[in-house]
Amino acid sequence: MKLMLPCKEVTRLVSQGLDRRLGFGERVALRVHFAICEGCGNFERQMKLLREAVRQLGETGAQST
Amino acid sequence: MPAPSDFRARLEGERPYLLRYATLQLRDADRAEDCVQETLLAGLAGEAGYDGRSSLRTWLTGILKHKIVDAIRRSSREPAMALEPEGDPSEFDALFDPRGHWTDAPTAWERPDSALERTQFLAALEACLERLPARTARAFMMREHMGLETEEICKELGVSATNCWVMLYRARMALRLCLERTWK
Repeated sequence: MKLMLPCKEVTRLVSQGLDRRLGFGERVALRVHFAICEGCGNFERQMKLLREAVRQLGETGAQST
Repeated sequence: MPAPSDFRARLEGERPYLLRYATLQLRDADRAEDCVQETLLAGLAGEAGYDGRSSLRTWLTGILKHKIVDAIRRSSREPAMALEPEGDPSEFDALFDPRGHWTDAPTAWERPDSALERTQFLAALEACLERLPARTARAFMMREHMGLETEEICKELGVSATNCWVMLYRARMALRLCLERTWK
């Protein structure tokens, strides 16, 4: 695997990383990319926030109507 | 323990909320209605099992979740399902230049920390979820809300693992874009 991935490929890997265990090479490539690309770092944090929020959808409904 | 009719009225009072919750995931008013009906009946029959420690709504939502998974399983066995992921494969191409770098890089979202912000964020998220194509939304909710493993979702929806990842990817990309506009 190439060390410097295009951002588009990074978004695919970040998404798949939420659904399957990534290989060692994939994880390293992502880390290298995040170190120099702010946009993709933001993308990854957005994905984590999205996951947290979707899990809470029913729960907070418990307080509001 | 309150009188039985009182309990029935309290259950009935939760119907609108449960219906909204089921519709968000099933994207089909009739099937959502069926699931909610079954849930309320199960709730009524299982009154003794309700210990009052969680709110009635939380308890009912727990029952409803199972009914929704069952409904998705039943419908995925119907042969009319399209097997290809919905949407246009080039849908997100405009986000990247020909070398695959962002043309419009994601911004840092403010974390919704206060209770009010969380409510607002979840409301924005719900509105965005409603705009996803139906099957994509179902796959996404099975994965992220119900917490099912991808393998199980592929099996239930009758798609390959690759198509499953594509559907989840498109759901996340679309939700992100939608939230980028409505949450900042």
